[in-house]
Amino acid sequence: MPNLEHPAYPAATLLHLESLVPCRESQVSMLLSIFGERQQFSFPSIFIYGHTSSGKTYVMQTLLNTLQLPHVFVNCVEYFTSRLLLEEILIRLQNCSSETEQTSHVPCDTFNDFVRLFKQAVASQELQDQTVYIVLDRAEQLREMEANILPAFLRLQELTDRNVTVVLLSEIVWELFRPNIGCFEPLTLYFPDYSIGHLQKILSQNHPPEYSLDFYAAYINILLGVFYMVCRDLKELQHLAALNFSKYCEPVVRGEANERDTRKLWKNIEPHLKKAMQTVYLREISSSQWEHLQRDEGEPGQLKGLSAHTHVELPYYSKFLLIAAYLASYNPVRTDKRFFLKHHGKIRKTNFMKKHEKTSNHLLGPKPFPLDRLLAILYSIVDNRVAPTANIFSQITSLVTLQLLSMVGHNDQLDGPRYKCTVSLDFIRAIAR
Amino acid sequence: GCFVFKPSPKKRRVSYRTVSDFGERKDDSEDTELRFVTCQSLWNQIKSETEQIQEDLNKQLFDNLVNFLRRSHSEFQEKTTEWTHRMKYREIPTAALVLGVNVTDHNLTFRSLSEVLQNNVTPYVALLEAKDCPGIKNLMQKLMGQLMNCCIDVDSLEDEDYVQVSQNRIRCSMTSLVNWYDNVTKKTDSETPRKKRTSSPRHWQSPPVVVIFKDMESFTTKVLQDFIVISSQHIRELPLVLIFGIATSPMIIHSLLPHSVSSLLCIELFQSLSCKEHLSTIIDKLILTAQFPFKLGEKVLQVLINIFLYHDFSVQNFIKGFQLCIVEHFYSQPLSVLCCQLVDAKKRVNSLSHDQCENIRRLPSFRRYVESQISEKQIALLTADSFLKETIQKLLEDLYVYHENYLSVLRCLHVFTSSLPKYPLGKQIRELHCACLENRVWETEEYESSLQLARMLNKSDLVTMLQQCVEIFVSSSGKEFDETVEKLKEFLTQFQKLEAEAFQERDVSVSSQKELQKKTDLYHLQKTLLELKESRRSKKLTKFEMLRFEVVDYIDSLVRNYLVPADHKTLHEIIYFNTASVLREHLNAAPRIALHTALNNPYSYLKNQALKSDGGSISNKAPDVCIAYKLHLECGRLINLVDWLEAFSTVVMAADKPNADEASSDQVDDIIHARFIRAVSELELLGFIKPSKQKTDHVARLTWGGC
Repeated sequence: MPNLEHPAYPAATLLHLESLVPCRESQVSMLLSIFGERQQFSFPSIFIYGHTSSGKTYVMQTLLNTLQLPHVFVNCVEYFTSRLLLEEILIRLQNCSSETEQTSHVPCDTFNDFVRLFKQAVASQELQDQTVYIVLDRAEQLREMEANILPAFLRLQELTDRNVTVVLLSEIVWELFRPNIGCFEPLTLYFPDYSIGHLQKILSQNHPPEYSLDFYAAYINILLGVFYMVCRDLKELQHLAALNFSKYCEPVVRGEANERDTRKLWKNIEPHLKKAMQTVYLREISSSQWEHLQRDEGEPGQLKGLSAHTHVELPYYSKFLLIAAYLASYNPVRTDKRFFLKHHGKIRKTNFMKKHEKTSNHLLGPKPFPLDRLLAILYSIVDNRVAPTANIFSQITSLVTLQLLSMVGHNDQLDGPRYKCTVSLDFIRAIAR
Repeated sequence: GCFVFKPSPKKRRVSYRTVSDFGERKDDSEDTELRFVTCQSLWNQIKSETEQIQEDLNKQLFDNLVNFLRRSHSEFQEKTTEWTHRMKYREIPTAALVLGVNVTDHNLTFRSLSEVLQNNVTPYVALLEAKDCPGIKNLMQKLMGQLMNCCIDVDSLEDEDYVQVSQNRIRCSMTSLVNWYDNVTKKTDSETPRKKRTSSPRHWQSPPVVVIFKDMESFTTKVLQDFIVISSQHIRELPLVLIFGIATSPMIIHSLLPHSVSSLLCIELFQSLSCKEHLSTIIDKLILTAQFPFKLGEKVLQVLINIFLYHDFSVQNFIKGFQLCIVEHFYSQPLSVLCCQLVDAKKRVNSLSHDQCENIRRLPSFRRYVESQISEKQIALLTADSFLKETIQKLLEDLYVYHENYLSVLRCLHVFTSSLPKYPLGKQIRELHCACLENRVWETEEYESSLQLARMLNKSDLVTMLQQCVEIFVSSSGKEFDETVEKLKEFLTQFQKLEAEAFQERDVSVSSQKELQKKTDLYHLQKTLLELKESRRSKKLTKFEMLRFEVVDYIDSLVRNYLVPADHKTLHEIIYFNTASVLREHLNAAPRIALHTALNNPYSYLKNQALKSDGGSISNKAPDVCIAYKLHLECGRLINLVDWLEAFSTVVMAADKPNADEASSDQVDDIIHARFIRAVSELELLGFIKPSKQKTDHVARLTWGGC
């Protein structure tokens, strides 16, 4: 494991930094060597990618904060238009090094303005002799903004002629960013996923003060044994660990087991964790409800998860409309005559054909159908006469807004709208009952 | 919105129509003014009553929600540094509010919800609708606009130095929202001593910011995801609570949001009362009550209930329909002036004009009554106004008493029928009510079968039912029921006596069984068995069975006495609104049928004698569109324009005899050609045809069948 070494920074700071970023030492030392010393120009743009919660944001933040490098950290999801983003960077830049009164913000509509204002900001804050870092988190959002934003950020150093480095953080690879017209290629850096060992190490590092590290590490071990198969998200695991730890400690608190009695503790916690995997992890039950359950020793059975409430009460004709829509979506048009007409022609189909048809139709998913067909099927499945009143038609649109049907193609009204049925067979069965 | 709300004409009528509109047909001899005032006061009563019901029904739900909101950010208040709180990442507290598919009612619920929240929890409530938020930008704009305005409201006008920033100038980002929140809370902190009275202690120091998504289903996934991701970044600085209004099922959350996003939420489920229960309460409080003089006839009630059950599930629409009935009744029935509380009605009878008396004499139910009287009385009734008025007072009183008795007996009967297997008379009291209003309920098969079933009830059920009936009669205001209560109580004591006797009887039977076990030889056994069988057959009904028959017969007699259908009662027209066709026309519009009638038979709307035709033939006097429409009905899916024009010109020219020879020439008159083109384009506008690309010179029909 490489120890962090860099001539520009004191060893104590580096040691502290190393303790803060476990399992990411190699990446940090790589970054440090790219950054160089404070006054040195660095690479104009760096692109860091890796899977969800592989520590990209955290590492960048701790690195820049511990070494006290001048930086601006912006989340691109939050500043969803280019104008918001650019203005936010400028405001942060003004704030980050000076404690002067907040200057009224200047509108910054184009990148040209941004370059001009950026130069001003940097000049006024005496930041010329240091590299300024601009970190853009969730950089994939940049692609949705104006076409010039991404290439311009990549060459910001050249455009402003100042000592600045742009760091892009993203979950997707650089190949998906590269614009058609080409651009300056950033230095790409990959953050690999944490392995189970890494997870174990990182999670057990944050043990609660009242328990020992070993005790907590044993707990983490059990937790990972249950959850590692379904979830490798560090944040989620940490959350789950915190939620269930009190249950783990219970026997110890009650004095039924001591801290070394891992087997007993495991027996106690394992079914509990499994239950947690089916409920809290899927957000069927909220974490506060889960904690409540733990405290009250209640049966989780009495608290139904979100998916338990699948039944939807619908008005009489809405039900029939939905059933008709389902039939129209999954039955081929040519069978309509056979199914819905009293005096249909002879059935010539062989059994084999029918079977084949049925499976493939459900695998293929719903097909669009015109409004007229829906109504025709409706009239034939409802026993008594249905008048085509405004109420019936408004129910169709209602079903569309409830996302039980979906409209296909928003073309001319006169063309006859086409719909698709989006609900499952189970849902229809429940309704038809 | 869904289950589209059609603004029915009645609202406009009440609010904008002046009194003069009410009597536009005749002069004021029909008490138009009085009718208008009565109508309005009645509606106001009913309105406040429904609002009260609504409030009571929602109370439980709102209480739960308020508790949830109070709980959700308690940690935010305490600023705990405990280990668990440090380790858990902050989830956004979210309430999933399942309200049912009747989206039209939701607006009202949300309005009262936000009122309750603003009064009890937090001044910062924002209501968002999907149609205002196609993108995250619009959503933020809307949100900030609502929040910052509401803060101005709270700070009121005394803060002159408060800089009112216009919406456009604010940078709509979460940071500015956080800054705003900091400012606002700090401000109220520092100002609390000064305006202790105004900024009430109901809100805490840092009240949560509640964002309500009215229609979760209609929001696009992207917008919701972005918003949740952004706000979860700031949850430590801004105590945000989300409320999702869900019309279908909470599963929609999972289908709209991926796990990475839904894991940022801490979702709790809240379910509102089902709309069917809501309707039952409304019917119970508005229709099955003697409180309001106005009543609905069977057909009308059926129409309203059908619209509810078959189409929209919307209680609001039901109430609107009820309102329409009231207005229509007071508007169309001159005698509705007597549709008020009995005391007032009696007074009003005295001041009736001669015309009104004539109106009463014309009522079918009154004529039936007259015919049943002796001849002298008949003459008096038909000629002397004063005698008529006296009689009317008496009859109105009868009607009033009938209502009170009717309701009690109806409830009593419902106690019996609602527990029978398969519910021959319906499970809900509204079904029973409709059945009773329709015709003599005791003549129906369903009633017969339910009596049969009632004769087979077991004792404990019967006793509890009788007790319930006693309670109903005791609490009812009718005066005639003292005797009934006595009778029912007597039944109850008899049942208790039976219980005591039953003990002895059981002893007897047990002893005979013992005997049976003793006898071992076959002959004796056979003999005793035969004896037992004989005795069982010949034995008259047990005492319990006798009593049960008696009870059922008594209930039957009550029903026959009191549950007479309303239209058998004299003067029922004054109180009952029974014109279902009007209601159906207004509430359950059939645009296509209306259009077809208009085009097929223009006389029905234009009332022009020249257009009166005898069906089949196409008159050339009809408007051009009608001619073109009728001709197009005879065509297939694709219509040849040339043929159509030919036919059109033939029809149009048919009358103009002198030009007949001209018409025979190939050339069609330019004017007729122009008229034809106009007619065709009008049909296209109405959506009957459209230009077709399959064949040149053809148009495609868009409708099939007759209409």
